[in-house]
Parts: sequence; structure tokens; C-alpha cells
Amino acid sequence: MRLEPRADRPLAILIGYPVAAIAASVIFCALLVMLSDVSPFSVLWLIFKGAAGSQFAFLETLTRATPLIFTGLAVAVAFRAKLWNIGAEAQLYAGAVMTVVFGTGFLPLPQPILIPVLMAAAMFGGALMLSVPTFLKTRFGVDEVVTTLLLNFVAVLFVSMLLEGLLKDPMALGWPQSRKVIPEAQLPKLVEGRRLHLGFVIAILAAIMVWFIDRKSALGYEMRAVGHNPKAASFAGIPVNSVLAKTALLSGGLAGLAGMSEVAGLRGNLTLDLSPGFGYTGIVVAMLALLHPMGVIAAAIFVAAVFVGADAMSRSAGVPSYIAHVMVAVSLLSMVTAVMMTRYRMRWR
Amino acid sequence: MDAIEILFTASLWAAAVRIASPLIFATLGELICERAGVLNLGIEGIMTAGAFAGWLTVFLGGDLWFGVLVAALVGAAFGLLHGFLVVPLGLSQHVTGIGITLLAMSLSYYAYRLSFPQVTSPPKIEPFQPWAIPLLSEIPVLGEALFRQTPLTYLAFIAVALVSWLLYRTPAGLAVRTVGENPQAAEAQGVDVTWVRMAAVMFGSALMGIGGSFLTLSAFNSFFFDMINGRGWIAIALVVFGSWRPGKALLGALLFGAFDAYQLRLQQLAGAYVPYQVFLMLPFILSILALIVMSRRAAYPRALMIPYRKGER
Repeated sequence: MRLEPRADRPLAILIGYPVAAIAASVIFCALLVMLSDVSPFSVLWLIFKGAAGSQFAFLETLTRATPLIFTGLAVAVAFRAKLWNIGAEAQLYAGAVMTVVFGTGFLPLPQPILIPVLMAAAMFGGALMLSVPTFLKTRFGVDEVVTTLLLNFVAVLFVSMLLEGLLKDPMALGWPQSRKVIPEAQLPKLVEGRRLHLGFVIAILAAIMVWFIDRKSALGYEMRAVGHNPKAASFAGIPVNSVLAKTALLSGGLAGLAGMSEVAGLRGNLTLDLSPGFGYTGIVVAMLALLHPMGVIAAAIFVAAVFVGADAMSRSAGVPSYIAHVMVAVSLLSMVTAVMMTRYRMRWR
Repeated sequence: MDAIEILFTASLWAAAVRIASPLIFATLGELICERAGVLNLGIEGIMTAGAFAGWLTVFLGGDLWFGVLVAALVGAAFGLLHGFLVVPLGLSQHVTGIGITLLAMSLSYYAYRLSFPQVTSPPKIEPFQPWAIPLLSEIPVLGEALFRQTPLTYLAFIAVALVSWLLYRTPAGLAVRTVGENPQAAEAQGVDVTWVRMAAVMFGSALMGIGGSFLTLSAFNSFFFDMINGRGWIAIALVVFGSWRPGKALLGALLFGAFDAYQLRLQQLAGAYVPYQVFLMLPFILSILALIVMSRRAAYPRALMIPYRKGER
């Protein structure tokens, strides 16, 4: 078997293959569901109903999509420049810590000022978190994949330490959690009586901003050039290390916002279960979106729908909700395969 | 007992070797993949799947060694998938590897929940018991550390010797090394690059699966979530630390095991003054520091992460 580049790429293939990839992951999971003697059709229907069957369900999906848009953007920005940031989880927690440090009464500011300040602080925290591995990469040639992965564990342990020490809520009776942020620090709800909050709007604006940087600014061009071929970019006079450093600031900052939005918009405080792997899922979101900032919004809503729907389905049908994680993982692998197949043709000999 | 005295206790060194054992398998596995030019970030998930599959086999009445075999086969199966996606199809090794980790982990957790919907405490099995090697195990300190371990630890040491021999003394090993350094030259000598890379990834992934099964069949007696806890990523760091050589990788794993065993004991000693999380962070920080120190001299396999297509340069 060998691959040869396609001379032309008809629209049917460009759309058909990615759709087939998603369909393949759904079919794979349907087969898995049949192991537990439940009709896969009823499970799929329950997932759909749980994710979009009512106003409540749909708003819940958008709420879950919010942190995924941020982490998906963070990964997309970094991967475009071939900066392999697998540490969005750590950057998210860094942003959350900054939000709690400045948002629990330390800065008694009115809401319209405090929220931007907290956003800036969270972005700073996340950016700092990714700057360390990026510096190690550009200065010492240390592979950032491993360092960002390892820092995820360091960050969670560090948060655990803070929650039992400096940031511990004295009223929490030994339960490791921080104090609640003050009312001025909370992101307003978008719909009365529902959990969807302003963070979702900020996430959409962030996606537009990233799209703008990517398409319309010199930095976006440089980032893509570095990602495409660092040697050629360097030869063309692009300061590769400085572009990577800026990419890290942007990517880490976006992931930091995910932490801020979860704390200030949804949870109110910081706990160790703030992120059920939003950082890692961000990689899936970014790849499903083909690293396109606008695609990230759609991909995040799709992935969030699978998770929210599977939770609801699991409660009523008894199929383990881990099926959602399987579906997301399979769709990642099938999507990267499908995208490759739109560029190459397989020849069997 | 003070911090220095701990260093002379036999139990510290026995624990060091025990902690190192799964890392030895995993590091060897990753080393073989990378020597053939393929980064395998599926390692964390493959170890989880190996831990679960091996444990489930024994729980369902299989022999312990059969459990190890199943773990190896499950590892190889994920290796086949990773290899197929990144070698003939040439997909991004980073993204595919993360995808394999997510898939292997979620499949293990799904299967676990499916098999045991309502358990509150994880079901237990009868794990491997230590085998004391006659005479050798009587040597003070060293005897307890090296010769009173479970059979899987002995297998880890045998695997190091076997992999060294395979890599440096056999035509297959030469093919693996050439394919990772200069696939064009390998092709010119009549080596099928695709086939060799696929075989190396499958063999390496089988070792990762065994490394995972060490945790459920030897170190502990049950399977629980997040039990690999970054050991796969640490193994990737150890490959760099060991300069892609099995002997040095073994040394790295043992040093790491000693350090981890030592911090566990220090934790009991200084736990009142220093938060326990600081000790738990140390292994990860140590791995990062090791990467910084070694990366100056790192001699990556030259074709690592570069897909090979026949006729293309």
C-alpha cells in the first residue's frame, strides 16, 4: 500500500470524509453499547435528548462547551506553530488559582473593572505556566511534549497544596476547597435560573480574536510559517524563538481563561475536580476543528454534547458514561485519518 | 531514624527496585519505538490497558502468567493501531499518540465499569509473590533489594538484557536502528522500513502493556482509576535520560525508583513540616530537571518523528 497526493480535492471528499469519520466513531460506540444488552438506537436517542432535547439540556451543553472552547483554542494556536502544548490542564489550573487569589476579596473593585482584571490575571497565570516549557525548548532544546505533560501533574499537586494551605477555605471543615469569589467577581448568568454564564460569550469573542490574529496580523502569518517549516521561517528572517514565545503567551493565556471562566462563572470556588480533563479534551476539540478558531466553537459544542448527553443517558440507561470518552477518542483518530485521506489517495499494489 | 540512616536500610533499596520495575518495561518499550523512529505517546493509555487486561484475565480465573501475556497482547494491539496510523499513513505522531492514550484509557475504564457496575471497593486478586533466589538473597542489603522480588521484576531485568542483545547483536536490531537513523539507507539495503517500524512499535507497546500489568499483578492486587499516574510520561523522560540505550535506561529507572522510595520515607519523617504534595511533585520535577541536563547531549534517533514514504526525500 502506498499514498499518493491527490491532484484535485472535490467538495464531496472534503465534506464526506470528515462526516464519515464522525459516523464511524458513532458506529464503533454503538457496537460497544450492544455489549451491555441495551439497544444502541435508544442509547443514541437518549444521548441526543440529554444534550439537546430541551432548553435546559442545550444550555447545559453550551455551559460544558465553554471551557472546551478556551482549551481548544489554546491547543489550536499552539499546534499551528507546532508548539506541542499538551499542558492546557496545568494552564487552566494556573488561571483558576489567579482568579481565586485576586477574586476572593483581595481586590475590592466594582464588577466592570474586576472581571477584566481577573481575566488578565488568569491569562498571565496560564501564559507563565506555558512559558516555562517553551523557554526550556527554545533555550535548552528540551522537548515540550514531555515537560508540558509532566507539569500537568505538578500543577494539580500544587493546587492541592494551596487548597490545604494558603487558599484553604477556613469554613470548609477540612474539605480541600478555596473560598468563594466575591459577587463582583462572578460572571453574570446569561439566562435567568440557568447555569450558562458570560464566559460563553467571552469564549466566542476569544475565538473571533484568535481568528483575526491568525488571518489578519503579521504574528499570525509568522506563527503559521514557523509551524510549517521553522528552518525556512528562520531563513526568511522570522525570529522563530520570539514567535514561539508569543505563541506560548497566547496559548497559555487562553487556557488560563478556561480556569477563570469555570471558577468565576460556574463553580464560584476552586476545587481539585475543577477540570475533568478539559485540557486533554482541548486537543481533541482542536483537531476536530482542523485547528481553525471558528471550527473550535462547533467542535467544542459537539464534544460537550457527547459528554452532557452521555451523562444523562448513563443515569437512565445504565451504560457507563465513559462511552463518551471512547467516542471522543475514536472521533479524534478517525478525523485525523479522514483529513489525511482528503489529501492523499491510497493505492494498493 | 534520620534522613541519612534511611539510605542504609534494605527495605529502601527493595522498594526502589520494585518502583523501578514497571518503569523498566515501559522505558524499554518506548526506547524500541523511538529507536525505530516512532514516538509513542500512547504509552500512558497502553499501560492502563495492560494493567486492566492483565488484572481482568486473572480475576476471571486465568493464570498470573497468562494475565501478563494478555497484557502484552493488548499492548501490541494498540501498538498495531498506533503503528498503522503513523507509519504507512504518516499521521502526526503527537496527535495520534495522545489519541491512542485517550482511547486505551477510556476503553479500559468503560470495560471496568461495564464488568463491575456497582462495586464500591475494587475487587482483589492473588498477585505474584516474591521469589527468594537461594544464596543470593542472603547477601546483606543487596540480596533483599535484588533477589527477593516478584518474578515480574526478574523479567524486567531479563528484558533489558534481551533488548540490548536484540538491538546491538542481531540483524533485526540493526534494521530497527537503521530505520530510525536513516530510512533511505535501510531501504537501499533491502529493509522494508514500514514493516520494521510497525514490528518495533508493536513489540515496544507489548512491553508497555507488561509494565502496566506489573502494577495490578505484582505491586497491587486490584485495578483502580488513574493508577498509571504519569508513569508513562516519566518513562518517555527516562528514554531521553538514558540516551536511547537500554543499559542507561535501566540505570535511570533504578535511580528514579531509589529517589521515589527515598521521598516516600522522607515524607514520613518530615511530613509534619513540609506539605506531602511537595514530595509527590518531586518525581515529576526531577524528570524535568533530568531532561534539561541531558538534552544538551541528547542524540535523538535522526529520523524520529519523520514519516517515511518510499521515493520521497
